[in-house]
Amino acid sequence: MELSGGEIVVQALLDEGVEYVFGYPGGSVLHIYDALFNKGGVKHILVRHEQAAAHAADGYARSTGKCGVCLVTSGPGATNAVTGIATAYMDSVPMVVLTGQVPTPFIGSDAFQEVDTVGITRPCVKHNFLVKDVRDLAETIRKAFYIATTGRPGPVVVDIPKDVTDPNVKVPYTYPKDVKLRSYSPVERGHLGQIRRAVDLMLEAKRPIFYTGGGVVLGEGSAELRALVQATGFPVTSTLMGLGAVPGTDTQFLGMLGMHGTYEANMAMHETDVLIAVGARFDDRVTGKIEHFCPHAKIVHIDVDPSSISKNVKVDVPIVGQVASVLADMLRLYQEQATSQRASQLADWWAKIAEWRRVECLRYDQDPAAAIKPQFAVETLYKVTQGELYLASDVGQHQMFAAQFYPFDEPRRWINSGGLGTMGFGLPAAIGAQLAHPEAQVACISGDASILMCIQELATCLQYSLPIKVVLLNNGYMGMVRQWQELFYESRYSQSYVDALPDFVKLAESFGHVGMRVERPGDLEGAMRDAFAMKDRFVFMDVLVDPTENVYPMIVAGKGHHEMQLSPGLSDRELS
Amino acid sequence: MRHIIAVLLENEAGALSRVAGLFSARGYNIESLTVAPTDDPTLSRMTLVTTGNDEIVEQIKKQLNKLIDTVKLLDLSEGPHIEREMMMVKVRAEREDREELKRLTDIFRAKIIDVTDTSYVIELTGASRKLDAFIDTLPGGAIIEVVRSGPTGIARGEKGLVL
Ligand SMILES: Cc1cc2nc3c(=O)[nH]c(=O)nc-3n(C[C@H](O)[C@H](O)[C@H](O)COP(=O)(O)OP(=O)(O)OC[C@H]3O[C@@H](n4cnc5c(N)ncnc54)[C@H](O)[C@@H]3O)c2cc1C
Ligand SMILES: Cc1ncc(C[n+]2csc(CCOP(=O)(O)OP(=O)(O)O)c2C)c(N)n1
Repeated sequence: MELSGGEIVVQALLDEGVEYVFGYPGGSVLHIYDALFNKGGVKHILVRHEQAAAHAADGYARSTGKCGVCLVTSGPGATNAVTGIATAYMDSVPMVVLTGQVPTPFIGSDAFQEVDTVGITRPCVKHNFLVKDVRDLAETIRKAFYIATTGRPGPVVVDIPKDVTDPNVKVPYTYPKDVKLRSYSPVERGHLGQIRRAVDLMLEAKRPIFYTGGGVVLGEGSAELRALVQATGFPVTSTLMGLGAVPGTDTQFLGMLGMHGTYEANMAMHETDVLIAVGARFDDRVTGKIEHFCPHAKIVHIDVDPSSISKNVKVDVPIVGQVASVLADMLRLYQEQATSQRASQLADWWAKIAEWRRVECLRYDQDPAAAIKPQFAVETLYKVTQGELYLASDVGQHQMFAAQFYPFDEPRRWINSGGLGTMGFGLPAAIGAQLAHPEAQVACISGDASILMCIQELATCLQYSLPIKVVLLNNGYMGMVRQWQELFYESRYSQSYVDALPDFVKLAESFGHVGMRVERPGDLEGAMRDAFAMKDRFVFMDVLVDPTENVYPMIVAGKGHHEMQLSPGLSDRELS
Repeated sequence: MRHIIAVLLENEAGALSRVAGLFSARGYNIESLTVAPTDDPTLSRMTLVTTGNDEIVEQIKKQLNKLIDTVKLLDLSEGPHIEREMMMVKVRAEREDREELKRLTDIFRAKIIDVTDTSYVIELTGASRKLDAFIDTLPGGAIIEVVRSGPTGIARGEKGLVL
């Protein structure tokens, strides 16, 4: 088969089994767009800003485990996509980004819409390529998918100069089934000797805990983790990125840990004697002050990326490997040796945890006559959707409230930007998730500041009839910023008030969607039920919430897990 | 501590900038970096000298290994190895200094490779310390220009850093 470069791009995506490409056209990708038009087969989703193309591909990838794909033009198209690429990079999301480039003879001449895309994206991709010869195109695309989806996943950029896609230059096409890269061979199985050492620690532990992260979701290790958690009877806490890997409603689950984690999870981290970290990277939002981190613990760390291990915290038993296979080996070895009394030896530990739980660190009071509490809004969302939801989030207080109050029982249901914390992520990510799961309920929880960062995507939602529900927790502030200013800058609210907000109901309507406003706690559940009952409509719920609410518990900078600040109403009561 | 690390890299455009970018992005020290193609034209070999405590050097090696273009890596400082650096020094060699400079050149087993009425270019190869010592020995004010290649290294014994 002889194909032009543009046709090769499309055919390669088909051969790769790609369902959707999220993109935006422009001069240097016009040959590719023409091939898309002529060949068909790959569905193209036209977003309204390249940042959203990357976020939508990302949301597609996070909600499915498949590789997200986006296609943008050179210059401003590529630079607009950078925020989305960096977002995916920080959270290790598999993604292939095809960028147009000026024709090869023009590269380096400051040509129209030329930027050094490979240079600009280098620090925020797993790898990138500049294709200079059409004969290398198919293999390079195959390599890009291979690298993006194996090992520790991540975005890969393929920069394609316009002459490489010239419709008049046809070359023989075969899509390589496999690629081998002598310089890249991701690890699969963990070292059995190391796993045995870990199991020995686990068998002796008096106060063990699993600390699980995004790696369990990324590596499809949820089933193995659940089995191990059940078999050991150990408590488990998760990072923001790992939520859903073990059921949020499980009694062994202590909730999220870290800066806005639960009292019980953070106290258990402080007291544990054996910490088993699984696909988590000891982020500073999680560890608090490193010197205070798990002061009594031997630490086991399972991670596919050796550079994640002992990066921030020195570990005792490093295990490099894929979560699923390592956890399966671990379970087998543990069960070979654990006695039947093993679980009961943990009774003291669980009693301690029960004490911490009694603090009820997430308690809040909803006065029926007062403003809606954001926590109440999230709890109502859970009540209405019963966990049957893909929930994309923007960044801020609403994100934390969702993480605290919406228990996810399955992985890939919670779609949020943790590492980069990109406002504007939520709506386009929801687009990707809804396209991937057309029959499922998909919502985006957002704040009045975040939502405006990719608000143009309301048009995309109309074009493709995506029945997403936006739940806007409208507090009239950049709430998270306001909270920090209240706590650390004596309430000097410098530039954190989102003055001149639009009328979100009218805004949604002007894009052809349904808008709703909810102001009273008593109206919320009914309104949400109405919204989710509109199965084929995009509904924008503007929920006016208490503008003064803060996210607690909170570990402020420089403090350890045991030095959490609880919500003012609670902290008077306890902290023994 | 000072480490000298040898890396086999895919001989691809951009491989060098990935390494350089890694060091600047992560704030690692880099004392010197040399790179050239090997006998296998698809591979280049890079030698870099860096300093840091054990944890940092461990991270540096992991991060280098993580680059898709890195084929193999060896921390030469972990075993017996040989280090060599090449230097060319242009010195003022006026009538009265010429003999003294010639003598120093001989003592250090260096070579004079360019001569004019008023200058020499002296070539010297050896461990970096030896090069430092030679510079310190030259009479004050003699040096016009110094160019050093940065160290390269190879492990002792029959094992090689090869594919
Ligand atoms: C406003 C805000 C507040 C936040 N507050 C908190 C907070 O209170 N608590 C919290 O936890 N986070 C919080 N975060 C998120 C935080 O910034 C980090 O993104 C998060 O903690 C990192 O999660 P993780 O450790 O699970 O790592 P991830 O980024 O999910 O990394 C995954 C790890 O798993 C490894 N891995 C990937 N695939 C595999 C595989 N197949 N097998 C084995 N290993 C694999 C990777 O190499 C990596 O080390 C907050 C973010 C924001 C924006
Ligand atoms: C693109 C971007 N710019 C700035 C920030 C810093 N930031 C983090 S949270 C936040 C406020 C978010 O406000 P809003 O979306 O209204 O959510 P709320 O905290 O009120 O729930 C800001 C500005 C960011 N995370 N991302």
